[in-house]
Amino acid sequence: MAEHTVKAFDEDITRLRGLIAEMGGLAEVAIAESLDALVRGDEVLAEQVVARDKRIDALETEVDKLAVRIIALRAPMADDLREVIAALKIGGVLERIGDYSKGIAKRVGMIEGRARFEPLTLLPTMGELAGEMVHDVLTAYAARDPDLAREVIATDAKVDGFYNSIFRNLVSYMVENPSTISSAAQLLFVARNIERIGDHATNVAEMVHFAATGVYPPEGDR
Amino acid sequence: MGSSQNIPVAGILLAAVTFVALLMLGTDLVIAAAVLTVWVGSLLVAAGRPPEPAKPKTRPRLTLESISDLVEHSSIPLLITDRNTIALANRAARKMLGPHVVGQDARVALRQPEAISLLGESHQGEAIVRGLVRRGDIWQISRQTIDERLAMLEFINQTAEADISRAHTDFVANASHELRTPLAAILGYVETLQEDDGSIDTPVAKKFLGIIEREAKRMQALVSDLMSLSRVEAEKHDLPTTRIDLASLVERAARDAAGPQRGDRLAIALDAEPVVLGDLQQLEQVVRNLVDNALKYGAAEGTVQVMLDLAQGDLARIAVTDEGEGIAPEQIPHLTRRFYRTDPGRSRASGGTGLGLAIVKHIVERHRGRLDITSELGKGTRVVVRLPLAEADPPEPAPLPEGEAEGPVAEQTEQLS
Repeated sequence: MAEHTVKAFDEDITRLRGLIAEMGGLAEVAIAESLDALVRGDEVLAEQVVARDKRIDALETEVDKLAVRIIALRAPMADDLREVIAALKIGGVLERIGDYSKGIAKRVGMIEGRARFEPLTLLPTMGELAGEMVHDVLTAYAARDPDLAREVIATDAKVDGFYNSIFRNLVSYMVENPSTISSAAQLLFVARNIERIGDHATNVAEMVHFAATGVYPPEGDR
Repeated sequence: MGSSQNIPVAGILLAAVTFVALLMLGTDLVIAAAVLTVWVGSLLVAAGRPPEPAKPKTRPRLTLESISDLVEHSSIPLLITDRNTIALANRAARKMLGPHVVGQDARVALRQPEAISLLGESHQGEAIVRGLVRRGDIWQISRQTIDERLAMLEFINQTAEADISRAHTDFVANASHELRTPLAAILGYVETLQEDDGSIDTPVAKKFLGIIEREAKRMQALVSDLMSLSRVEAEKHDLPTTRIDLASLVERAARDAAGPQRGDRLAIALDAEPVVLGDLQQLEQVVRNLVDNALKYGAAEGTVQVMLDLAQGDLARIAVTDEGEGIAPEQIPHLTRRFYRTDPGRSRASGGTGLGLAIVKHIVERHRGRLDITSELGKGTRVVVRLPLAEADPPEPAPLPEGEAEGPVAEQTEQLS
């Protein structure tokens, strides 16, 4: 990006991007650790994930304040304005991703007899895929790379496919083992959360594309 | 510093000579004395002053350009941060994190919470970060402050080291497992025999003792294989130096491996008498392991051919061919892995340790040779070892007659076992 005459403006934008990246990093770790805690039944790790979500919330507030301040003081135009608006929206989405991870972590204690659950072997793979989407979309944001953003959007279909197969799997499991319904239902919510994380990563990818090029990605990609 | 050194003796002497000369020329004493006083006085004043600072010795400030010149071609990814903005990324860092990071907030490049907490530190610090660039990689980031604004971040890839340490852990786990299996059988049968209240008759007891003996022997074989493997690995960088006549060695080791019962299944063809530089015990082990494998896993009554000849002029070639069922192509690359078995059940039943080919590979590597395994399903397997010939030294010993060569070598074999 070209430099601005007012150097403080550059500094503000750089700081805004830094804050978004920090949020993204926290969200990435939250996804990985919440699934790790789920698979191993590690409630201590789950508590850490829940506790760390506060930091994401605090960062979102900081992003909001800074974005509003930039708009109020600097009246950004064109790509600067897109940049600030995108940061504002991405901040909100990343906060949601953090919440979904927190939701997964909170369910760790509610699953019984985890060793027997077949879906428990599929969920980490699905989670890894969603985590990779978040990782890539943040890289695309950092690099202002619309091509990578479109790749992320294409990956979402795979996550959705995983969700459908895990859903069917869990439902048939519940039919066969009615005693495990409460645990299996919790896993349904976990799968749902991961699927939502994928959707949100897609949203971020669209915003990254918009901030970089000024247009939303073509509908066919979505 | 000694001020005496600073007294300009030559100058004063010159002044004194001038004074005397002035007096001799008949100048007035007062004037001459005044000249002397001014001269010497000015010399002393000049000497008394502290030596002029040659040049203001300020260290040239480290500019970003000079740092850039220094670090650009380093193979270690390096970032220079100015406050929290990335002012500079060397080539390795741009390749690793992407060229876009320059000029951005350092958090954009690092992102991971551990790495970001490192940025907040005021002086030095280190952090281990997982998944920085791609999934599963491990980077050690260390931060060094250069001055009040600039700091350097150094990235060291620890992924490979973690892999090695995992391979090591796997090996220890595998080895313990292999040792535990026979031990469990031994303990079980010993316990049964101990708790015997007269219901076990002699034939059954003998059978049990036979099993115990077999399992104990397998453990013994495993431990000695593990020991030779670790010995070969420890020595793998020293080229062996003993001159060895391969023909007698191959024949002896092959017969040794076959033993009296399986001896008639061997067909040994020695078409050359190459001399190589090698380690006698290790090369014998190579032949023994290969022949033993061929006899064990080949067809029960099939012939095992052991051939020795020359290849490409400067290589000795040992080939062991069996008439077994062969090995599937996808398994061949894994054969030299420790504890890898194509058919675990059969290998255990015949007393295999899963280490034979791993040992062969390491020994051949130490001898700068080549190991090739070709196999055709249903026909058999052929293992070829190529070893570089020893250079023909001037005092090349004439190939000894078979009988004489065998004498001393047989002794060494006994020492080995």
